[in-house]
Amino acid sequence: MSMSISELEEFARKCRVEIVKMVYRAQAGHPGGSLSEIDLISALYATRMRVRPDEPKWEDRDRFILSKGHASPGMYAVLAEMGFISHEDLHSYRVLGGKCQGHVDSKWCPGVDFSAGSLGMGLSFGLGCALAARLEGSERRAFVMLGDGEIQEGSVWEAAMAAAHHEVGNLKVILDRNRIQNDDFCEAQMRMFDIPAKWRAFGWEVKEIDGHNMQEVMQGLDFLDSTNDKPSILIAHTIKGAGVSFMADNPAFHGAAPNDEQFAQAMAELGEVIA
Amino acid sequence: MSDMAATRDGYGQALLELADNPKVVVLEADLGKSTKSLHFKNKYPARTFSCGIGEQNMLLTGAGLAASGFIPFASTFAIFTERAFEQMRNGVARPNLAVHLCGSHGGTHTGTDGSSAQSIEDLAIYRTLPNVVVMHPSDYVSTLELTKQLPALNKPSYMRTARNKTPVLYKGRESEIKIGKGITLRQGTDVAIIACGVLVSESLKAAEQLAQNGVNATVVDMHTLKPLDGELIDQLVSQCGAIVSAEDHSVIGGLGGAIAEHLVSNNYAPLEMVGVADRFGESGQSDEMLEVMQINAKYIEQAAHRAIARKS
Repeated sequence: MSMSISELEEFARKCRVEIVKMVYRAQAGHPGGSLSEIDLISALYATRMRVRPDEPKWEDRDRFILSKGHASPGMYAVLAEMGFISHEDLHSYRVLGGKCQGHVDSKWCPGVDFSAGSLGMGLSFGLGCALAARLEGSERRAFVMLGDGEIQEGSVWEAAMAAAHHEVGNLKVILDRNRIQNDDFCEAQMRMFDIPAKWRAFGWEVKEIDGHNMQEVMQGLDFLDSTNDKPSILIAHTIKGAGVSFMADNPAFHGAAPNDEQFAQAMAELGEVIA
Repeated sequence: MSDMAATRDGYGQALLELADNPKVVVLEADLGKSTKSLHFKNKYPARTFSCGIGEQNMLLTGAGLAASGFIPFASTFAIFTERAFEQMRNGVARPNLAVHLCGSHGGTHTGTDGSSAQSIEDLAIYRTLPNVVVMHPSDYVSTLELTKQLPALNKPSYMRTARNKTPVLYKGRESEIKIGKGITLRQGTDVAIIACGVLVSESLKAAEQLAQNGVNATVVDMHTLKPLDGELIDQLVSQCGAIVSAEDHSVIGGLGGAIAEHLVSNNYAPLEMVGVADRFGESGQSDEMLEVMQINAKYIEQAAHRAIARKS
C-alpha cells in the first residue's frame, strides 16, 4: 500500500484517538506505550506488512509480534483501521468475551499471531516464525515490536544470540525506546547503557530513528526491508504517551486511565470532536 | 533377565522414525548428545536448530515454528525445562501450540549428578497446565511408540525420559501402547500397583515378591499422567479395593497426586503413595537412590501390605 506522509500521520492520529478511548472506556490499560509505538505500527501495517485483512490466516502473511503485549490498544487500533476487526470491536477491550483482550491474544482476535503477556517472549516466537518461513522457502517476514524496558529480560538476549547465529535475515525488530517502564524511568530502574552497541555486538544490523517523525519512520522501515542477510533492529526513539500532553514522558501513564476531564482534554489535543 | 535399554534412546530412535514427515523439526539446548536428539541432528541438520544453552528461547522458537505449521520436538534435561516453565505456560500451553518437550534425566534415578540434576517435580508442574499431555514411559519400546504418536495429538506435550537403562517390557507388544491408556502388565485381585517410568519394573518385582506371600497384585503402567486413564482406575478400585502408586517423583502432585484427585471424586479405595517424600536427593548410584528415597520394590511391597490392611 502506498501512502503519503500526511496520510500516514492522519492514520496514526486516528489510532491515537482510539487508544485513549479504549483505555478511558475500560478505565484500565496501558496508554503510554501504545501512544509511543503507534506511529511505527501504523506505518508498518499501512505500507509494509503483506497481510490480507479479509483472510487473516493467509499462510504467506508477514507476522507481526507485539512482544510488549500490554500496549495492545495500539495494535487493536491499527487492526481496526486495517479492517481485521471493526471499530465496534474496540469497545470489547478488557471486556468479558471480547476480541480485544487485555494483552493481545491470537485465540480471541483476528490478525493477532502471537499471544503476548509476559515480557521477553516475542523475539523467540518471531525467530521460530522466521525459521519456519526459511524452511518452507517463503518470502514472509517476522516483525517483532519490543519495549525498551522489556530487553532487561534475559531471554531476549538468548533469542538475539540465536537469531544472529542462524543468520535469520527475515527477522526484523522495532525497539520502542520510550525510556519509561512500569515503575519509573528506565534509567532509574535498570540502566541499559549503549543499547545500539549491545545489538551490534550480538551480530545484528542496527539503525536509530526518531519514532515520531514519519519521514524517518519510513526510512527506518526501508532499512528493515533492505537487510536480509542477518537480523536487523530499528531503534526508535519515542516519547511515552506521545500526542497527549499530560501523558507525554510521564511514568504515571504507563498503566493508568484518564479521568473524564483528562479524557476531554486528550480528545481536544488529538483534534477529535466529542459530541 | 530381560533386555535393558534407556528410554532416552527410545526417544532418539522415534525422532528418526518420524523424520519422513518433513514438518518434524528438532530443537536442542546443547544436550542433544544426552537426550538423544543428536541422531536426528546428524541425519537432518537443516531441520535441527541449536538454541545454545538457552531453554527459554528454545521453547518459544518452537512455539513460533508450531504456529507456522511445523511439529517441533525440543529436549533438554528435565530440570532445565523447568527454567522455561513460564514460556511453556504462556507461550505454548495457553495458545495450545503443539510443541513437544522432552525432559530427559528425570528423577533421582539420574544418580550421581546429585540433587541439582534430579528433577522430582517436573511431572507435577506440567500437569497443572491446561492443554498439555504429560507422560513418563517405562521402557525403550513404549517411549518409542508414544513419541511416534505425538504428531497426531495436535496439542503440546511433556515427556520425561530417564538417563539409565531399564528393562525392556514391551517388545512385540507395540500395539498395546496408546497415549492416555494405562497398560495392565499383571493381573491380581488383592491390590493394584499403578506406576510410571523406572518404577514400573520395580513394581513388577514387588508383585513377584507379594505373590510368594500369597498376595496377588495387579500392576499397571500408567505412562500417561494427563489425561489420566480414570476408567482403568475405576476398574482397579472395584477389582482390587486397594491402590499403591509408585513413581520416582515427589509424592506431591505427580502420579500419586493425580490418582488421589481421581479417587476422591469417584469410587474410593485406600491409596498408599510410593514416591520422593518432599525432600531433595544427593549423589548416588541409581539403585542406591531408589533405596535412599525408599521407592524400590521392597518399599512398594510394604506399601501394598499397608493398602490391603486399610481395606474396609
